[in-house]
Amino acid sequence: MADDRLTIAGREFRSRLWVGTGKYKDFVETKKAIEASGADVVTVAVRRVNITDRSKENLLDYIDPKKYTILPNTAGCYTVEDAVRYARLARAAGVSDLVKLEVIGDEKTLFPDTAGLIEAARILIKEGFIVLPYTNDDPIVAKKLVDIGCPAVMPMAAPIGSGLGIRNPYNLKIILETVKVPIIVDAGVGTASDAALAMEYGADAVLMNTAIAGAKDPIMMAEAMKYAIDAGRLAYRAGRIPRKLYATASSPIEGML
Amino acid sequence: MLSRGLDTMQMQVNGEQRTVQAGLTVAGLLKELDIRPDRVAVELNLTILDRNEFDRRSLQEGDRIEIISFIGGGQEA
Repeated sequence: MADDRLTIAGREFRSRLWVGTGKYKDFVETKKAIEASGADVVTVAVRRVNITDRSKENLLDYIDPKKYTILPNTAGCYTVEDAVRYARLARAAGVSDLVKLEVIGDEKTLFPDTAGLIEAARILIKEGFIVLPYTNDDPIVAKKLVDIGCPAVMPMAAPIGSGLGIRNPYNLKIILETVKVPIIVDAGVGTASDAALAMEYGADAVLMNTAIAGAKDPIMMAEAMKYAIDAGRLAYRAGRIPRKLYATASSPIEGML
Repeated sequence: MLSRGLDTMQMQVNGEQRTVQAGLTVAGLLKELDIRPDRVAVELNLTILDRNEFDRRSLQEGDRIEIISFIGGGQEA
């Protein structure tokens, strides 16, 4: 689908499936799953280098930053200060101003702290970051994030790692209608149909990690997700038929005996 | 690791106490730790250093250094 590229803040992306790099068995599996997914955006976390065990390999030895857009996140940050600090460190360690901003509100649900998110986004945007915020499915918060300068918004389908699929399709539809920047559904996808549905609703992309990494066969699931995203996107562009209560015959009546 | 003496200093690296040669630069510390400078960010006493400062910046007794890099993570890694 070369003619249907996703553009965010002047950057063009080939695939509408974005993937995380956590929870895999090892880097080889990570690499294979990402290749099978066809994704060109991969998220990474920012953490202390292990200085006592230097035998540990580096993720970037497997995920070539020249081939993929590395999208650092601020996962694990529960305060505005921490999220801003991690974003700044990510920029210093990486090559771009992109950050997937997470300010987590609660350990059990991992729901975003949207007040903190807006505050952190404001600070980082002022510093020249391209902020892609992980938010809940609240259309008002999504709009506020766009108003302060986020070039895309990443509402959750369901809690991170829950695999519940899109829990609030109507909120998502309102966001898609009212927010005029790319919408990347982030978190909560369980299987291929969830991803396809998000795309059929009109989402611009889907970001997932656990649904692939946690599958029995992550590499096969990565491939399944690639097809789901493409199928959902094509169906959205093609325009589905309206739902009707009664049947409409597909074969003509004319010419019947 | 060096034993504590006149020509050594103590600092905290990624949360751990460490004794290093006095006058060691950030680049020197990274080399000692076998860390490639192009894949990390260094925060010295809560200020992020520019990569081109690594060579020039000498460390002081009691410094707190954080060396970070990217690891596998999706959402809430």
